[in-house]
Amino acid sequence: MATVTMRVFRGDAGGGSFKDYRVEADEGMVVLDVIHRLQATQANDLACRWNCKAGKCGSCSAEVNGKPRLMCMTRMNLFREGEIISVAPIRAFPIIRDLVTNVAYNYEKAKAIPPLRLKPPEADGTYRMMQEDIDRIQEFHKCIECFLCQDVCHVIRDHEAHKKAFAGPRFFIKLAGLEMHPLDAADRTPFVRREAGIGLCNITKCCTEVCPEHIHITDNGIIPLKERMADSFDPIVRLLRRFRGMRKDGA
Amino acid sequence: MIRQPAGAARPPIAAAHLRTDAWWVLPVTVVIVLGAFVVYSTWAALQNAHYFFAPYLSPFYSPCLSQSCLHLTFGVGLPDVSFPIVGVVSPAFLILWGPGLFRLTCYYYRKAYYRSFWLAPAACAVRDVKRAYTGETRFPLILQNFHRYAWYVAVVFIVLLTWDALLAFRFPNGFGIGVGTVVMWVNVILLAAYTFSCHSCRHVCGGHVDVFSRAPGRYRVWHVLSWLNERHPTYAWLSLFSVGLTDLYIRLVSMGIIRDLRIL
Repeated sequence: MATVTMRVFRGDAGGGSFKDYRVEADEGMVVLDVIHRLQATQANDLACRWNCKAGKCGSCSAEVNGKPRLMCMTRMNLFREGEIISVAPIRAFPIIRDLVTNVAYNYEKAKAIPPLRLKPPEADGTYRMMQEDIDRIQEFHKCIECFLCQDVCHVIRDHEAHKKAFAGPRFFIKLAGLEMHPLDAADRTPFVRREAGIGLCNITKCCTEVCPEHIHITDNGIIPLKERMADSFDPIVRLLRRFRGMRKDGA
Repeated sequence: MIRQPAGAARPPIAAAHLRTDAWWVLPVTVVIVLGAFVVYSTWAALQNAHYFFAPYLSPFYSPCLSQSCLHLTFGVGLPDVSFPIVGVVSPAFLILWGPGLFRLTCYYYRKAYYRSFWLAPAACAVRDVKRAYTGETRFPLILQNFHRYAWYVAVVFIVLLTWDALLAFRFPNGFGIGVGTVVMWVNVILLAAYTFSCHSCRHVCGGHVDVFSRAPGRYRVWHVLSWLNERHPTYAWLSLFSVGLTDLYIRLVSMGIIRDLRIL
């Protein structure tokens, strides 16, 4: 057992500051364990959101030593002996209290996304998909909605004025999954460009770096979406597609 | 003190970042390495000399298109362009815009220089330096979306550099292999790996397809290109070094500072 110094943000929208606590940490503990011990022994009123403690619910998002992380997936042995470990709420969203923020922005963005529009069924009235058709989009379905990608995205984090017209990385992979869906017939290109504001993303890949599910958000989601936007004004691609008789819902 | 309602304002933390690691090392390294390459390649392009030593042609001067070229790629040359004071424009400037545009608009390099030179952001969870930000929505950065055209041009350069590498077997006294031949082949392989691992290439060659089972050929191509694409940053750096070092090798041999060893 070792004693660690935790520098935890305490406060709300009205004001707050970091407060140092000396906490006993056992071998094998994660940051969330230490926060729970702190809550149980020294700061009973510390607000902290958590659920599964297994990296699957996406509730315990925080900034540990300035890096957006899931507290339940951040092992204490990552830190040097004697290092002060800061724990702050995710800073891109409004604070409720201590480590808890209001992430409603994300739910509003989710509501705006045009849903799957099924193309007509096959002649026998059924739909068929092959494994290779959906392998690519299954990666996006691993998202646990921890919103760490949204928190670290500098467009949301540092440029408040753009939040209204910017969906953020979590919803770009949602849109990419729908756009690449083999049974989808909708064209979301205008939505992705205007309402989702993909042009604001400058692909600096922080969203990919912080994703606890290791989803290749930028390479497999955002960049393919940007390329699909470019398709609409690429005469060579348009000519090739006309030549092949390609449709949105087919190969 | 006026109390804000819960969930109405962001956490009152003034610091631009709370990171305790050496996050600045990567952007500084990128500035130094990319800056050094730009300085060297500009200097080499301005020299207009020591770029050919039979049978090796520097990649900075390929294809060599001017009449005054030491080694004309297509047999006939374009009239030399000359300006007062500057004199004859180096043939390197007729062609370097091609690979230059490809790297400038490359998705990987965009990440690298937006972080290192633009500081938008300098590192993850570090506040942007500039308050105003429009991303890639306005001129000139909106042109980054034309990266695929730069890729089309880059593919032509790979064909030309492969031809140069084949000519690197043809010594004045017949077939042979020198250290320069190996250097030129390593360079063209790394440049090809960089060019064909490009995100635009991956999209144009197969990524645009929604129903892969109806396009098995393009699915296989996309699958291979996706494997390459995961290594795109590595190829980006390796090919940057290889193209600079290939020019340096040919330059030093041509100047007589080092001797090209014949392997065969």
